[in-house]
Amino acid sequence: MQSGSIWGDSMDRSEIKVCVLRIEGTNNEDEMYYAFKRLGASPELVHLKDLKDIFDYNCLMIPGGFSAGDYVRAGAIFASRIRARMANDLHKFIDEGWPVGGICNGFQVLVELGVLPGFKRMDYPDACLFLNNSARFECRPTLLKHENKGKCVFTQNIPKGEVMLVPSAHGEGKLLFPREKEKEYFDRLFENDQIVFRYVDKDGKYAGYPWNPNGSAHNIAGICNEAGNVFGMMPHPERSYFDKNNNGISGMKVFESVLKYIEEK
Amino acid sequence: MKVEIKVGLKEGITDPEGLNIKKSLKLLSFDNVENVEVKRSYVIEISGKDEKKIREDVDMMCKKLLINPVIHDYEVEMIK
Repeated sequence: MQSGSIWGDSMDRSEIKVCVLRIEGTNNEDEMYYAFKRLGASPELVHLKDLKDIFDYNCLMIPGGFSAGDYVRAGAIFASRIRARMANDLHKFIDEGWPVGGICNGFQVLVELGVLPGFKRMDYPDACLFLNNSARFECRPTLLKHENKGKCVFTQNIPKGEVMLVPSAHGEGKLLFPREKEKEYFDRLFENDQIVFRYVDKDGKYAGYPWNPNGSAHNIAGICNEAGNVFGMMPHPERSYFDKNNNGISGMKVFESVLKYIEEK
Repeated sequence: MKVEIKVGLKEGITDPEGLNIKKSLKLLSFDNVENVEVKRSYVIEISGKDEKKIREDVDMMCKKLLINPVIHDYEVEMIK
């Protein structure tokens, strides 16, 4: 991110407008709305058809659910409608450093939009969140280790190495890259500090199924773009808003982190 | 004109859905089932008769919505 203030004077928490974007089939917008509301920000539930200008907001959030019935592929229709409506504005919003987050289906939408992993500007996907290895909808608490060194604006207030209990509920969460670029892309994610959360077992070690619910390589549960302001994760921190671990860290920290980022920039 | 687009997985991508269907068929005593590939078929009616233009449009439809190039291949058949 660029240094110094990009929005002039620091913002008051209550002035921070968060666009929680929905279409038919999204179903986690209320939890996400209240996650920001409880922290003193000013979230709004906005249907894509009613969105006038994304620059009316300081943060764009895409909630979980089954947007457009998961028809075609999870997140594909929501992504194509966003692309049709505001592709250029979205890229500009991201380039200006405003935060964009996607949880679960929202992560799938950001991947289908091509803004994650975001190695270069693309108008088609450069990754995929594919069917879980189990071919089942996996719905249960999962343990996540926070791996980011400080780039991701959604987790800057979570210490690196912290393990959090966050529920997963998805059928398509396995992160895949083009086969011929797989190694290069995973290497770049690690080198660029774009890995944010990884699934671990009760001892904090990277483990296979069922600790890793979908079979993602390197147990990846959440990633950010190279600048750190676009973030997606499969599990639901808005559903573990109050579930503090022994160090007092809960899903709330994800929302608090991004609000602090907006306040301080 | 009607166009059928069949979207399947690229070679080398594990198909959990196909594996699951194969397992179920085996449980139903179809012991001779060796492999199951799941494909999705879209039959789209498009106005106009210029096949070249229709084919170009179909390729754009696939690129913009119907496939994810990371995992999918597709075949197009023109149905008159």
